[in-house]
Amino acid sequence: MHDHLLSVRNLKIEATSYPPGEPPKDITIVEGISFDLEKGKVLGLIGESGAGKSTIGLSALAYGRGGVRITGGEVLLEGKDILPLGKRGIRTIRGARVCYVAQSAAAAFNPAHKLGDQVIEATLAHGLMSEAEARKRALYLFEVLGLPNPDTFGDRFPHQVSGGQLQRAMTAMALCSNPQLIVFDEPTTALDVTTQIDVLAAIKHAIEETDTAALYITHDLAVVAQISDHIMVLRHGHMVEYGTAQQIIEAPREEYTRALVNVRQKKREEAADQTDTLLKVDNVSAGYSNGFKVLFDVSLHLPKGQTLAIVGESGSGKSTLARVITGLLPPSEGSITFDGKQLTPALKQRSRDDLRRIQLIYQMADTAMNPRQTVGQIIGRPLSFYFGLHGAKKRARVAELLEEIEMGSGFIDRYPAELSGGQKQRVAIARALAAEPELILCDEPTSALDPLVAEGILNLLLRLQAETQVSYLFITHDIAIVRAIADSVAVMHRGKLVRFGPKSKVLAPPFDDYTDLLLKSVPEMEIGWLEKALASRKMESAGN
Amino acid sequence: MTDTTETSALPPETSQRRSLGERFPLATLILQRLGLSALLLFAVSVLIFGGVEALPGDFATTYLGQSATPQAVANIRADLGLDRPIVTRYFEWLGGAVQGDFGNSWASGNSVSEQIGRRLGNSLFLAFFAAVVSVPLAVGLGMLAVFYRDRVPDKIINIVSLAAISLPEFFIGYLLILFFAVNMRIATFPATVYDSMGFIDRLQTIALPAATLVFVVLAHMMRMTRAAILSVMSSAYMESAELKGLSAMRAIIKHAAPNAIAPIVNVVALNLAYLVVGVVVVEVVFVYPGMGQYMVDAVTVRDMPVVQACGLIFAAFYIILNMVADIIAIVANPRLRHPR
Repeated sequence: MHDHLLSVRNLKIEATSYPPGEPPKDITIVEGISFDLEKGKVLGLIGESGAGKSTIGLSALAYGRGGVRITGGEVLLEGKDILPLGKRGIRTIRGARVCYVAQSAAAAFNPAHKLGDQVIEATLAHGLMSEAEARKRALYLFEVLGLPNPDTFGDRFPHQVSGGQLQRAMTAMALCSNPQLIVFDEPTTALDVTTQIDVLAAIKHAIEETDTAALYITHDLAVVAQISDHIMVLRHGHMVEYGTAQQIIEAPREEYTRALVNVRQKKREEAADQTDTLLKVDNVSAGYSNGFKVLFDVSLHLPKGQTLAIVGESGSGKSTLARVITGLLPPSEGSITFDGKQLTPALKQRSRDDLRRIQLIYQMADTAMNPRQTVGQIIGRPLSFYFGLHGAKKRARVAELLEEIEMGSGFIDRYPAELSGGQKQRVAIARALAAEPELILCDEPTSALDPLVAEGILNLLLRLQAETQVSYLFITHDIAIVRAIADSVAVMHRGKLVRFGPKSKVLAPPFDDYTDLLLKSVPEMEIGWLEKALASRKMESAGN
Repeated sequence: MTDTTETSALPPETSQRRSLGERFPLATLILQRLGLSALLLFAVSVLIFGGVEALPGDFATTYLGQSATPQAVANIRADLGLDRPIVTRYFEWLGGAVQGDFGNSWASGNSVSEQIGRRLGNSLFLAFFAAVVSVPLAVGLGMLAVFYRDRVPDKIINIVSLAAISLPEFFIGYLLILFFAVNMRIATFPATVYDSMGFIDRLQTIALPAATLVFVVLAHMMRMTRAAILSVMSSAYMESAELKGLSAMRAIIKHAAPNAIAPIVNVVALNLAYLVVGVVVVEVVFVYPGMGQYMVDAVTVRDMPVVQACGLIFAAFYIILNMVADIIAIVANPRLRHPR
């Protein structure tokens, strides 16, 4: 009975939902989950949003987030059920024997206290070490996790360090009390790929070094494959498949797992002829009114009916470039030519027809739609604004557009809150299409979506392009998406264009340093990829 | 198809020279606040002087009553210097005010500064003790309400404080007088203090007006404290604290309170300013010889130097207290205290 560090038996988790205008009802979030975790091993929990993976992870701390209740089953820590412990009893476990690493370390650290004090707080509160011992251990962990200036790192405040460093500091905070188990809840999801690989390596090294067991939660199978011994695939609160990491990646048994493994393998041939230019950006520089420059001398072009992918990390200036093209941010230097005609820099001076021809799709469809308007009103607005459509004609056209985006006219009177994330993004696409544009600027339209849903959106965009000859300027940080949809690619880094050209040329060697780093940092669906990538990096720096 | 592949991996120049404001954001912001407050005070002095000047009615006519012949009115105006241009008089008055000299009262001929000094002392005495009771009580009750959120203690605290804020202050004052002074006879009324009174006597005398003021300001501060802490409580770092196994009280004090300081200090400052400035009604109800009553008397006889002086002092209190709150909020922000 005491063989396993953590044994979860037949876990059932419920929450109360309050649908508007109806009596509250209990819904089951997780049901029938059982697994064992040995000392020092890592179990990956993988699934789409709503699969219940965070909820299961938090049950190891007997914690329910936002009114979620654990209503059945057992969570045995070294053979002892922690669920019936009560408030006081569970406190002796949280932060001492089981620790938690949140997705957003930036939010999970208290902005008012120094990092070092927060890292050792739980250890001191539980009386596990003296303050001097705890500080020494924190220093050791900062070193193990590869943080810069480990001896002074603890004196800094959360806002003074980068996102990747914060995520590592959060891991140090979890490891400080020498816990038996750590729950990692998507610790690298919010990071850039080039940062993700470092954090991933640091976490893997630290848990091996300290022989801590871990539950590793993520939606990215390629990431979890690098760090886990076993993987559990979850969907809608139920287990789909459980196996060793190797078996799940190389020989998935279930249809759903296979779909997850294959989701990002799509590749598309680029258009052969890239000469019929629709959009041309010439030597554009731009900055904010406080003098902070964001774009430096960017020149690129996009042929008619094709897709130009702009790749880069956060802060690389890719969204700013889109703002410059729309006219939201007039450039300080350079010009933009659209369909052979130079565009007026500022949005307000552009003609209504110029506005119509360039449309935008945002990352968060949620915040880009008025929650108090129906789908019909949202899509209908550009129809009356640009084409003066009204009444039955407008409604008929909205229904047509809803058919186009594979949703159907049944959605016309629904509100955004009643739609799923993928459906909202489809409505946003329909709204852009309603203007019958020649160019759609897509600003990371799939990065907030689950992989399978995102794939659906990409397929829709490609089909629409084939039918209407619309061009896309597609902003993304995801190389897999570039491979799937682009004709030409622009790589951006710190506001400068690093590399631009047809996809086959940009994604083929010889690479410049940054593109090389970017491409090598993208996790691949392969056991041992992390070690290989790190090794090749080391060799290069040794070679230099 | 031309080859447009470009390669350049040079980072852009980031070594732009940093301005003073970027290097010392805290000092810069505080200096800004001080400067703004001074400017605001100056603007208020213009408004007060101009406003009083524009008031209908005239001291000379009011003072002389039925014997106000044009000649007598002109004589008095000349005596008071009212025949000189307004700008000259303004700068004379401002110059005196900066040195603490507000001129002489038209009605009594005494020095305004001297009279106000005593009155202001009384007002501050009352405000101070009302604040000493109400601020810790409000913050404590707010924390207690958060701790027992949506349970009976929270609801009782909310209902009682809401009731207190809903009643007009003079009504609370009369209720307190009825119960404690008339029925139970354990408090004194009227609450008039004299120079000859001892400290303990004074405290006993101001018990009722101070209690009234506490009731009036308590609810606002308490509810803001509760709201500020609750909004902090829903943040991810509070979940972090809970998952570290910290006790609820420790999490509230160590992790929630430091981040709730700014909104709480702001509402406390507003209420402290109210305690000094807004007590006119309470002073009148309790016949308390403070600034409020002094100003009301001066307005009825058009005694302009007194009205102006009171107005300027009230404004100064309001501005200074809010400035202090602003500065505390700035200092409490770790992003400003410890720049990158």
